[in-house]
Amino acid sequence: MFQNLSQKLDKVLKKLRGQGVLTEANIAEALKEVRLALLEADVHFKIVKDFTERIREKAIGQEVLRSLTPGHQVVKVVWEELRELMGRDHAGVRLASEPPTVIMMVGLQGAGKTTTCGKLARLFKQQGKRVLLVAADPRRPAAGDQLASLGAALDVPVYRVDRADASAADVVRICTEGAERGREQGYDVVVLDTGGRLHIDDGLMEELAEVKRAVQPQEVLLVADAMTGQDAVSMAEQFDRRVGLTGLILTKVEGDARGGAVLSIRAVTGKPIKFLGVGEKLDALEVFHPDRMASRILGMGDVLSLIEKAQEAYSQEQAESIQKTLTAKTLTLEDFRAQIAQVNRMGSMEELLGMLPGGQRLKDLAGGGVPEKEIKRVVAMIDSMTPRERRDHTVINGNRKKRIARGSGTTVQDVNRLIKQYLAARKMMKALTAGGGRRQLAQALRSF
Amino acid sequence: MGWLARLSQGMAKTRERVRSSLSRLVSRGPDPAVLEELEETLIAADLGIHTVTRLIDRLKAERGRLASGPDEHQVLALLKGTLLETLSGCEGRPLEALIQQGPKPYVVLAVGVNGVGKTTTVAKLAQRLKEAGHRPVLVAADTFRAAAIEQLAVWGVRTGVEVVRHQQGSDPSAVVFDGLAAAKARHADVLLIDTAGRLHTKANLMDELKKMKRVLAREFPGAPHEVLLVLDGTAGQNALSQARQFHEAVGVTGLVVTKLDGTARGGIVVAIADELKIPVRLIGVGEGVEDLQDFHAEDFVDALVEAR
Repeated sequence: MFQNLSQKLDKVLKKLRGQGVLTEANIAEALKEVRLALLEADVHFKIVKDFTERIREKAIGQEVLRSLTPGHQVVKVVWEELRELMGRDHAGVRLASEPPTVIMMVGLQGAGKTTTCGKLARLFKQQGKRVLLVAADPRRPAAGDQLASLGAALDVPVYRVDRADASAADVVRICTEGAERGREQGYDVVVLDTGGRLHIDDGLMEELAEVKRAVQPQEVLLVADAMTGQDAVSMAEQFDRRVGLTGLILTKVEGDARGGAVLSIRAVTGKPIKFLGVGEKLDALEVFHPDRMASRILGMGDVLSLIEKAQEAYSQEQAESIQKTLTAKTLTLEDFRAQIAQVNRMGSMEELLGMLPGGQRLKDLAGGGVPEKEIKRVVAMIDSMTPRERRDHTVINGNRKKRIARGSGTTVQDVNRLIKQYLAARKMMKALTAGGGRRQLAQALRSF
Repeated sequence: MGWLARLSQGMAKTRERVRSSLSRLVSRGPDPAVLEELEETLIAADLGIHTVTRLIDRLKAERGRLASGPDEHQVLALLKGTLLETLSGCEGRPLEALIQQGPKPYVVLAVGVNGVGKTTTVAKLAQRLKEAGHRPVLVAADTFRAAAIEQLAVWGVRTGVEVVRHQQGSDPSAVVFDGLAAAKARHADVLLIDTAGRLHTKANLMDELKKMKRVLAREFPGAPHEVLLVLDGTAGQNALSQARQFHEAVGVTGLVVTKLDGTARGGIVVAIADELKIPVRLIGVGEGVEDLQDFHAEDFVDALVEAR
């Protein structure tokens, strides 16, 4: 998500950064492009207007224009405003003082409520909580089956009553019974999977309001598709007005959606975004951090999320070693291989590259994504090296290259390319850790 | 309420705003502020900034040619004309006519991202075709999502249409293979294949789709006769990206735009027509089977800009 927006903003801001003196005219010019970029990303047009207006006010303030690096100041203003737009602070799930915590999931059809229920159940279960899923969508064919099979995969019980002709009263009853069962049987969390509905369907919205009154959930989370267009705003407003939301979960974020819906919904409802759904598998749920997302959008990278992701997948030790290699001044081929292997296990290369500073450009250079096959070849080549070669690439001469190529089923040209890539990566790391800033990094990227 | 009325109702807000901007455009002349307002209104309808910019430019250019003191109708007609022209690439032959004249079984492959309503669309289409006297067979090729097969099976029972199915997790191409064999054996005239939702950015899943297409073509030259891309009417500019990439992978021959009831803006249809020129075969304007309708560009434009 956000790649496109990120690219566009990066381009606009780069222009600004390059200028020693900023005038109102060139800020206005840049803001025009920012406006287009945001509109293209499906950000609601009213929010775009406010957003660019606020940036204009701040950017032409004396502080910025007089500072030594006005371009950078503007970037900072944009970053701050973006973060503000997305909710400033990270918000977790509100837990009940006395269990069970009841979480009610609402949203349009096809937003991904049922799948997200499964993901939440998995998350809570991992935290050692006992979870009960309640299939509160008796109307959609096989919705209960879908939740039941997710429950079975997670070993989480599912409470369900299927009735195609269920009335609103039935739905309310299913939900109260589910919550009741959660209380009686000592569950920590009860997740209510309500049916998808249109926000203008009066009867069905009233049904949700009734469920909320009857069950008194701690959280009412709106599940929204990141690919939604300009209507996202009125949809979220309606759900909030009729049911009263406590937070948002954005789904299908891993595609190339430009994420304008995220910015708009949050800005309009003022309700925090709590999670992002980033894939079809049950572990594909990310906690949302506004500041990190703002950085990611501006191409400043999200190294913190990357490290957290590593922590989740490995022991603390391994994570620290990644962090170390990420910040070490010298990166050996051994580290390079370990990094590739670990990164490969953490998730798709594409997703991870997006989190690295300047990773977006790196991705473009690689032609829209690093093919997994290529990674396998690289690992094979490094595996075919002797420990000494891995630690010091300078000893790799022609004969050794031939041996490595034979050993890994590649060619000498491939080995040459690998060494070149490795050197470029090392340069990039140096640029990153030396704090040399963007110019050095850009140079390193160009040589990659 | 008829479907057109419903579509029209959903777009009421957009239409009102278009009208009010237009009348101000007339009374105040080509005021940049009014033009900007119109631009925003069209953007709010998900038409996309590129299409909108083109429309506005066109409007600006044409406006100069209009007689002094043009009335609202003239400007409205201008806008409608431009929209219709853009949509002209979008109006293809209705699916039923294609099936009628096409080879038997006429193979329809439904594709799209997650949650756009593929299964529901395919099921409704099956019912509609059955009622029209066709003999459809459904194929549950979404072997990934939990209970997707059951969902289609329930529809199969409801509509009395046979559903060819395997177990969850099996190779969708294998189900497609069996489905085709079953359709031939039963002398079915339409084979409707429901595939798993997949994001267009996932290369491996797109490859899976290509494989299904290959298997079909191998077993029955010419198949699939129709690759229907199902799009969510509430989607924004991302729908363009979906259309582009599905088209590149499997050659989309028709679109279905769902969820056009409610307050869906539907403007994305115009943006897609503008760029890709793929005909819209069907639109979904409600939950009922009768709410899956053929697309008519003129009605659509009316719903978008003209009060009825």
